[in-house]
Amino acid sequence: MAAGAHTGRVDMAGALRSAGFTGVVAFGLFLPLIAFKTDVDGSNQLVLTTRWPLFLALVAVCSASRFFYALLVGPWLARRALRPARPRPAWRNTIANWLVPCGIGFLVLYPAIVFFTAGFSGGQKWIDNLGVQILIYVMLGWGLNIVVGLAGLLDLGYVAFYAVGAYSYALLAKTFGLSFWLLLPLAGILSSFWGVLLGFPVLRLRGDYLAIVTLAFGEIIRLILINWVALTNGYAGIISIPRPTFFGIPFTAGDDGFAAVFGLPFSPLYRITFLYYLILALALITCFVTVRLRRLPIGRAWEALREDEIACRSLGINTTNTKLTAFALGAMFAGFAGSFFAAREAFISPESFTFIESATILSIVVLGGMGSQIGVVIAAIVMIGGTELLRELDFLKDVFGPTFDPTQYRMLLFGFALVAIMIWRPRGLIATREPSVFLKERKTISAEMVKEGRG
Amino acid sequence: MEYFVQQLINGITLGSIYGLIAIGYTMVFGIIGMVNFAHGDVFMVSAFIALIAYLIVTAWLGIASVALDLIAVLIVAMAFTSLVNWVIERVAYRPLRGSFRLAPLISAIGMSIFLSNFVQVSQGPRNKSIPPMVQGEFVLSKTHDFPVTLSYKQLIIWGITALLLLAFWYLVAKTSLGRAQRACEQDRKMAALLGVDVDRTISMTFVIAAALAAVAGTMYLMYYGVVTFSDGFVPGVKAFTAAVLGGIGSLPGAVVGGILIGLIETFWSAYFSIDYKDVAAFSVLAITLIFLPQGLFGRPDVEKV
Repeated sequence: MAAGAHTGRVDMAGALRSAGFTGVVAFGLFLPLIAFKTDVDGSNQLVLTTRWPLFLALVAVCSASRFFYALLVGPWLARRALRPARPRPAWRNTIANWLVPCGIGFLVLYPAIVFFTAGFSGGQKWIDNLGVQILIYVMLGWGLNIVVGLAGLLDLGYVAFYAVGAYSYALLAKTFGLSFWLLLPLAGILSSFWGVLLGFPVLRLRGDYLAIVTLAFGEIIRLILINWVALTNGYAGIISIPRPTFFGIPFTAGDDGFAAVFGLPFSPLYRITFLYYLILALALITCFVTVRLRRLPIGRAWEALREDEIACRSLGINTTNTKLTAFALGAMFAGFAGSFFAAREAFISPESFTFIESATILSIVVLGGMGSQIGVVIAAIVMIGGTELLRELDFLKDVFGPTFDPTQYRMLLFGFALVAIMIWRPRGLIATREPSVFLKERKTISAEMVKEGRG
Repeated sequence: MEYFVQQLINGITLGSIYGLIAIGYTMVFGIIGMVNFAHGDVFMVSAFIALIAYLIVTAWLGIASVALDLIAVLIVAMAFTSLVNWVIERVAYRPLRGSFRLAPLISAIGMSIFLSNFVQVSQGPRNKSIPPMVQGEFVLSKTHDFPVTLSYKQLIIWGITALLLLAFWYLVAKTSLGRAQRACEQDRKMAALLGVDVDRTISMTFVIAAALAAVAGTMYLMYYGVVTFSDGFVPGVKAFTAAVLGGIGSLPGAVVGGILIGLIETFWSAYFSIDYKDVAAFSVLAITLIFLPQGLFGRPDVEKV
């Protein structure tokens, strides 16, 4: 296979050999967990059943795909790598220039487009499940981008601040009856306070160790939320959290509700559309603040910190303040997103703030290309939108039988996609950086030139 | 006093299991400087393989001898888990070697999510419980109505752990593979220049790590008699804590750290609050990393420009 890959010649024997090897490995790999299935029978005893056809089919698929890879894809990739790199065509620059304004325009018009194409009742799902869901992750990704992408501090417990924001809003709104608009900034402040509090002990740590400590903090906060039943109601969570209002007008069916005040027929669509624009505004604020901060001294200090902490310190930058502001700002945006989440769902429980959420947000930032704002959007659409769309794949039931449920493969595919995208593009989808300061002309550099966060 | 001794026995048993997993973390970190996030899930997969092997040897083959059952299950679990980890290293980590530092970590997180969901999809989300494999116990003392017992299964766990550590120590200290491994740990490029097959050595590291995790998985299944697809994460993080506490990169440190974590967890649940036992473990992790990042037996990390 190796010889064939280099000369571009078709190497049938090599391909067959590697396919056979893959088949043997796949046989061993799938033998215990696919060929045998454990089931609990009527008398509560474990029994084994076998699934030989499925097992053999999987082995055959693995073997065959390796064969075709060795025969066709591998040599093609080798030939492509030998070709001289072509300069970036001009039309791609044009697209890049128009991408952001067009994208924002599309997002603003998205509800109208959905109602136009899918109708009022069908569109609800597309705005609520897809639009709002993706935008929450875009906002969280942008918030974490400050910590990971700009300051280079690897944070695996980001969801803790999201949880602080959500519980702050839920508890304060239920206990004191305060409005959403008052509690939104308050939740942000509380979260950033926690960001500083948890950021302070980890100032000395770097890289993987920092990641693991933040993971531990995230888990500790979740475990406290579970076990402090008197405050948080434990696993059962908090129910009937007040919904946000439209400048004091609630979205209810009553006489003082939104529909009645504006003389419209009642529909839950107004609330959903309102929530959509609310999270869109919050996300755009996050992005705007980040982009502006990058050009301020503090933003440059973050990026300097990411590149080299020791050099940073010897140039007189206060690394303690620089790190803490990054933690605090990142946490604040997570707090905003958290209070929005609590207000949207009207129900929160510790189940929503597991480590998987942190990993999802971090992977959105890394897959997008750390530090790239537009990359976060693309990664969120791919990872969240892609897995949400699995719910729509009902036609697969016709292929695999009525018991086939595509949604159960959601996280499986998510994990697989993480590995695959990392191998395909380790630097993320947007692997170029534009410097925030330049001397004569703005040059785009490859992300390979940007150091990863070691701080 | 009796209560204390009983907790000590339970803690050491739990700690042996953590120690075996921790060796996997510490070896992989030592050789390629990467936190193998999926290692906890490899442990969980090994417990499932052991479960299936146990059902095959008892229900299908009808081997009644407990010792034979246990040995067969152990060998099957070790062999298949090694294969799983070998493939994981080949597919998910090797292409990223020399890439930027976050890439393997993200890949490992993806692998961890993939493995736990793969088991959930292929074996179902329910708890799988088996009747106790080994029954019986020694009563060490019986005063004040509180018997101190050492069950046979605890004894088996201690024995197998000690035996494997001995074999493992021999492997690392005396064989050529162990020498190659220590060479790669010190300087990978230099080792390659001197004719050490670095790729093969790293693969073998993953295989050994998985084999030890499989022993831990089998012991876990035998001790608790129940396993589910989500059982990888928390023991994984605790074993990582053990590795850090002992000094990451240090093999005796991993074992000592594992036993310490087992003791802390057991005593915390016995004397304070069982609800917060995971909080105790995570706090130990955070406190160790903040105040003693080189651990008990590790070398201090020198900061260079």
